[in-house]
Amino acid sequence: MTQVTINAVESPSRKLWRSFRADRIALGGLIVLSLLVLAAIFAPWLVPQNPYDLAQLDILDGRLPPWSRSFDDKMLYWLGTDDQGRDMYSAIIYGMRISLGVGLVSTVGALIIGMTLGLTAAYLGGKTDSLIMRIVDIQLSFPTILIALILLAVFGQGLSKIIIALITVQWAYYARTVRSAALVEMGKEYIEAARCLNLSHRRIIFAHLLPNCMAPLIVVAAMQIAAAIALEATLSFLGLGLPITEPSLGLLISNGYAYLMSGKYWISFFPGLALLVMIVSINLVADRLRDILNPRLQK
Amino acid sequence: MLTFILKRLGESFFVLLVMSLLVFTGVYAIGNPVDLLIAPEATAQDIEQVTRSLGLDKPLWEQYFYFLKQVLNGDLGRSFMFSTPAIELLLSRMPATMELALAAMFIATVLGIPLGLIAGLKADSWIGKTIMTVSILGFSLPTFWVGLVLIMFFAVELGWLPSSGRGPTSTLLGMPVSFLSWDGLKHLFLPALNLALFKLALIIRLTRAGTQEALLQDYVKYARAKGLRARRIIGVHVLKNIMIPIVTVIGLEFGSVIAFAIVTESIFAWPGMGKLLIDSINNLDRPVIVAYLCVIVVFFVVINLLVDLAYAFLDPRVRLGASAK
Repeated sequence: MTQVTINAVESPSRKLWRSFRADRIALGGLIVLSLLVLAAIFAPWLVPQNPYDLAQLDILDGRLPPWSRSFDDKMLYWLGTDDQGRDMYSAIIYGMRISLGVGLVSTVGALIIGMTLGLTAAYLGGKTDSLIMRIVDIQLSFPTILIALILLAVFGQGLSKIIIALITVQWAYYARTVRSAALVEMGKEYIEAARCLNLSHRRIIFAHLLPNCMAPLIVVAAMQIAAAIALEATLSFLGLGLPITEPSLGLLISNGYAYLMSGKYWISFFPGLALLVMIVSINLVADRLRDILNPRLQK
Repeated sequence: MLTFILKRLGESFFVLLVMSLLVFTGVYAIGNPVDLLIAPEATAQDIEQVTRSLGLDKPLWEQYFYFLKQVLNGDLGRSFMFSTPAIELLLSRMPATMELALAAMFIATVLGIPLGLIAGLKADSWIGKTIMTVSILGFSLPTFWVGLVLIMFFAVELGWLPSSGRGPTSTLLGMPVSFLSWDGLKHLFLPALNLALFKLALIIRLTRAGTQEALLQDYVKYARAKGLRARRIIGVHVLKNIMIPIVTVIGLEFGSVIAFAIVTESIFAWPGMGKLLIDSINNLDRPVIVAYLCVIVVFFVVINLLVDLAYAFLDPRVRLGASAK
């Protein structure tokens, strides 16, 4: 008998998964995304050469079209090579690693900062609330690319700089989302009960308020990862993002741009395609999560 | 209303001040342009002379106050690379950016509204679904990569359109424009299309949502009951009512089109302000960077102020809410 009651109550994560996989397209997006993430994690075991070990590159293999064999006939470059004889397939897998990593780190950073400030604004209210939200409003009235460009122009370039720039442009979205969710939750009885128990502010905010505001945050975070990856690629393409030692997909595309006019399309085109597949699959997953977690659409 | 305007003006002023300080200190701290301008074999005396002539030997705060004074006089310093006043250089590039942005907005509007209408009227048919899929792609695709694909396809493979530059310009009202000649139009088309894609997707979505909402309204039912032709119902009754939010968004998005023009201009070598900014960052041409950032920040602060005031004027709740605090 006890078995039955346990099964009748479905855990939230299991319920989420059940409604998620009902949508074929979103499931396809998730599968593609998982494969890309796995490829990025296990990159060194998946590629024929380490694209940044100069000893493994042969300048004689430079700018070979897709499906060419290497000069010493040992390797097949099925996506072609760049100007230094680097296998494009290996470079793309390594580039995805950097792009995904930067997207993930900046999203987590922005999430933590935005969440803390948003919850503080909602919990304390009054002057703190209007100050924080005014900053959020002002920031959101500028396009993200402009803020990121200003920061990079001002503070210079590099891996840590671009992560800081991405965090700066993203935190406001989380602050606004979590604040509106928290304001709704604040009126509910469990918060009142927690206050009557004289729990510390920190405990009420992080143990009681936050878990109930998570759903919209997850959705925004999923969408922001795609936006962060696209923004990083754009900035790197403009030459303001990552240094040449951290070749993200944007930098690979930028590198191939010079050869585009002479018809050597593969140096730019394939990294761009990888970027596109990554962004679209993240967006598909995020769209589905939004539909599931949106309380207005729930039965 | 007056307190509301004053409050907003004060806020705008504060934003300008913070931005000028941030931009100035940061930009003037990242590198030494003297190294770029002087030949490696120059003597210490030469270096000192150039440093002094550029005012780089003074302490930063003194440079800042000097800079603020100059800004208020409309003088943002001379470009290190071109030796012309930075603000003049920037203003000479402005018509190109404006033309590109207006052309992009034009494409987004004339394609977006009809496509959005069709998607809204035939939401469940294949054509409506195709339009929506394309608009999702328009949101997902990074602008710069679409630009590369456009160049690859139309300029390199087919050879139909030029891939870079502005082409010949003719003068209209004292400003150089490209769209009056066939060759200029050919140069304008690809960059404008590239810049338009994101806004096109946005306008399609807005129009579709507005159309679907309007179709359920009583005035549309009434017009149908009166026996009006479908074309008149859609063209007059539906379209007129959904235009207000669309026009608002088109106005609001203009600023972001100018910002995104930075990317498009760099890809298509379009000689506008955005390309000038990127070139200046790469050359450490600080006066031009500062001038661009000042102009764009003022531009945005003014747009945001106007939008706020317009909302407050149209919707009393906004200004009442602000004065109640």
